[in-house]
Amino acid sequence: MSASGFTTRLVALTRKETRQMLRDRSNLVVGLLLPVVLILLFGYGLSFDVKDARVTVVLEDSSPTARNIVAGLHGSPYLAPTWETSMAEAERMIRAGETDAILRVPGEFSARLAAGEGGLQLLLNGVDSTTASVIEGYVDGALSVPMQQQADRAGNKPAGAASVTIIRRIWFNETGESTWFLVPGLIVLVMTLIGAFLTSLLVAREWERGTLESLFVTPVRPLELVLSKLAPYIVIGGIDLILCLLAAKYLFLVPMRGSLWIIVVSSLLYLLVSLGLGLFISAITRNQFAASQMALLASFLPAMMLSGFVFDLRNTPVVIQVISQLLPATHFMGLIKTLFMAGDYWPDILRNCSILAFYAIVLIALTRRSLAKRLD
Amino acid sequence: MSDGGATITATGLRKTFAGPDGHAIAAIDDISLTVHPGKLTALVGPDGAGKTTLIRMIAGLLKPDAGSLCVLGIDVAADPQAVQDRISYMPQRFGLYEDLSVQENLDLYADLHGVPQKERKERFARMLEMTDMARFTERPAGKLSGGMKQKLGLACTLVRSPDLLLLDEPSVGVDPLSRRDLWKIVQQLVDDEKLSVIVSTAYMDEAERCAQVFVMNRGRLLAEGPPGDLKKQAAGLTFTATPPEGMPARELQARLIDAPDLIIDAVPRGGSVRFIRRPEADEARFFELLHDALVEARPEEIEDAFMMMLRRQERQDRKTPAEPAAASVAAKRRDNPDKPVIVVRDLVRKFGDFTAVASTSFDVAPGEIFGLLGPNGAGKTTTFRMLCGLLPATSGHLEVAGLNLRNARAEARGRIGYVSQKFALYGNLSVRENLEFFGGAYGLRGKALRTRIAASLERFDLDPAMQSGLLPAGYKQRLAMATGLLHEPDILFLDEPTSGIDPLARRAFWHTITSLAGDGVTIIITTHFMEEAEYCDRIAIQDAGEMLALGTPRAVRKEAGDEGMDMNNAFIAIVEQGRAARNRKPSAA
Repeated sequence: MSASGFTTRLVALTRKETRQMLRDRSNLVVGLLLPVVLILLFGYGLSFDVKDARVTVVLEDSSPTARNIVAGLHGSPYLAPTWETSMAEAERMIRAGETDAILRVPGEFSARLAAGEGGLQLLLNGVDSTTASVIEGYVDGALSVPMQQQADRAGNKPAGAASVTIIRRIWFNETGESTWFLVPGLIVLVMTLIGAFLTSLLVAREWERGTLESLFVTPVRPLELVLSKLAPYIVIGGIDLILCLLAAKYLFLVPMRGSLWIIVVSSLLYLLVSLGLGLFISAITRNQFAASQMALLASFLPAMMLSGFVFDLRNTPVVIQVISQLLPATHFMGLIKTLFMAGDYWPDILRNCSILAFYAIVLIALTRRSLAKRLD
Repeated sequence: MSDGGATITATGLRKTFAGPDGHAIAAIDDISLTVHPGKLTALVGPDGAGKTTLIRMIAGLLKPDAGSLCVLGIDVAADPQAVQDRISYMPQRFGLYEDLSVQENLDLYADLHGVPQKERKERFARMLEMTDMARFTERPAGKLSGGMKQKLGLACTLVRSPDLLLLDEPSVGVDPLSRRDLWKIVQQLVDDEKLSVIVSTAYMDEAERCAQVFVMNRGRLLAEGPPGDLKKQAAGLTFTATPPEGMPARELQARLIDAPDLIIDAVPRGGSVRFIRRPEADEARFFELLHDALVEARPEEIEDAFMMMLRRQERQDRKTPAEPAAASVAAKRRDNPDKPVIVVRDLVRKFGDFTAVASTSFDVAPGEIFGLLGPNGAGKTTTFRMLCGLLPATSGHLEVAGLNLRNARAEARGRIGYVSQKFALYGNLSVRENLEFFGGAYGLRGKALRTRIAASLERFDLDPAMQSGLLPAGYKQRLAMATGLLHEPDILFLDEPTSGIDPLARRAFWHTITSLAGDGVTIIITTHFMEEAEYCDRIAIQDAGEMLALGTPRAVRKEAGDEGMDMNNAFIAIVEQGRAARNRKPSAA
């Protein structure tokens, strides 16, 4: 067949796919509305930052020294201290979930401090361990400065303590804002959803309705079928990518330190991977319900749980680490976070982009093969 | 036969599939055939004969396990694309894109086949005119009726004139009117363009239109030749027997079919019984069997030859066991059909603005076989569902088994049995487990349930240990009937019970129905096999929600114009008269 036959057929098939996509309202809801919902949900709803943590201060020593140190808590935007006189009452509150932490200043605090062995007790509600450790850090930080000043004023530095001072700085995400690393990760999720979920129905629907059997006995080639199904969804994915980037920049004020064009190119590469995955699942299951279930299990859930979107993968068992390294989402996740917050780092960009390109080619080739015009 | 210009040459073709129980089933079992160009060729056989598998192999969609297959001189297994570039194929369910309009579907297929723009205009105009769809080009294909979809499918496969046209059961599930239109189109193209066409069908009258016929059954080729040659084997054996006044034709038919050593086959048709006599039948016993009937010889048809071949293969294979032992067929005639069991008055059902059933009234007497017929979308399924209490009526009076369906629906349901169109039993339960479950659902238990199950296993000749999903179609049908009858209902509802089962199983099915009616069970049945209307006491023909005819098959045929015409033509005539009348009404007003 001549090249013009290829073009005519590809254009005809793409036009058909586009029409079908536009006429199916549920497609547009998933393709355009759901990403917006996800952006808002993850951008505003999901955050690991703790603001206004409730800390109950039990002041058993009411000396000015003690008050001075504890006053440091008021200065922090992350803490909302309240005062309680009885330890028993404070304990009741932490049990009832009315407070997140108890800071106890014991009776002879100022005296002991003068002796160089001042101690405070911090009780944390460990039901939510993430929040607990975040609060611990905040309280620690809020108290360390007045403690130090107090010690300096007293003039009796504990032996050796002054010689080593750790100066802490967090790089790339200076204030430790969780939206900064969640929003780039969101691009991964949205690309996965659009790619795998929407396309998982495409081939299966044609199997179910018997339209594929009719198409097979025409001059159509399998590659034309695959390409025509990719084209309209690349456009939808592109629109979603723009939405995500706009939201990241103007809504969540995430810095974009890497080059925009690299972000776009790598995102489109990953979009191709997930479109390919969706089409492949669709072509082998031949059943819309099974295909959509499988697409969810094989793409969206792993992208959410195993790609390092939320959880640091280095803390997971080796098996999970191996699996996560096999997921294209993991590579794109690492890349996009670096691109957003740290900037262009070429070895990383090249490595991850080649992995993504490899996956895209393999998946599209597999789909093409599974659409070999055969019914048996 | 010269192979030089043959469209198709197949030798020793074989294709096996894994059956549901894991054993390999030969769908095509050593078939060799030659098809010549420029002709209309039919593949005829009951469901499961292997027609679709053969056509798919010709289209290059399936690879033969053994044997060779040349299509248009190309080895299709080696280069399917070369064949696919030159042929057009319409699968049983043509793949129309339901969300694309008629025009967009046509455009798509024209683009795919590379039809040049200038040829296209003329071709589209011709196709739209032949299918009578020029008015609907903007309508989404999903909003067309079943018959129209099929016509559009044919138009899409014919966007260019192919070297070979493959049609896989184009008329299955299509009402007689659309069926006639489809054939008209195909015939016209064969005449005008010398098109080579292979069509598969289960309808014998369609085979008769073809130049060459291949008869298939269970993956094997039983016979081939022009219809005229094929039917010769039935010559001199075909007769019509008219029963004496007052005896329904189906009663005489049952009597004949119960004498397999004298009669090969018998079916009621046009108020009489058409039968094939066994050539070696004993004269004296033959005349005794037909002592009260008026017997006349009739010209043989291809259907007669086909039934002879099927029966012969069945005898050789001995695969199909005997038909279920029917109980007393001699009807317990009810002198006074005292009270009707079903009373329908001014029944209306609307779905939004759409009137599915318009003001319908009829009665059904106890022990009557009542048939509901109509083209696709006529409202018969809606009527049927209202009668079973599955769908509430919008207005009107509906009484089933003496109970008003408005306020005693649950009670009425206990008095009826229902066999749905699809196999609605649990495929992974055994026959016995299904019977136990449905018996339990109807409140049967303990000894009563066990006795009834034993009785129905015997009546329907079912193996209780078999897994239901693995039963052959005819047996699934029997099991469905057995479950519907467990609670000994007064009325049995059957929705298209005979679609998808072969002619022999259909004969057996009607045999059971006849005997059930004889026992006093009222039967309400829908069917799209018009000839089956002959088994009914009375039939109702619906179209577009309106009742067009109601009465005995004989009366309906008379109303259609000629008492002697067959039911199919009578049906077409009545529906067309009805449509003409409806079209006149608005213009007169």
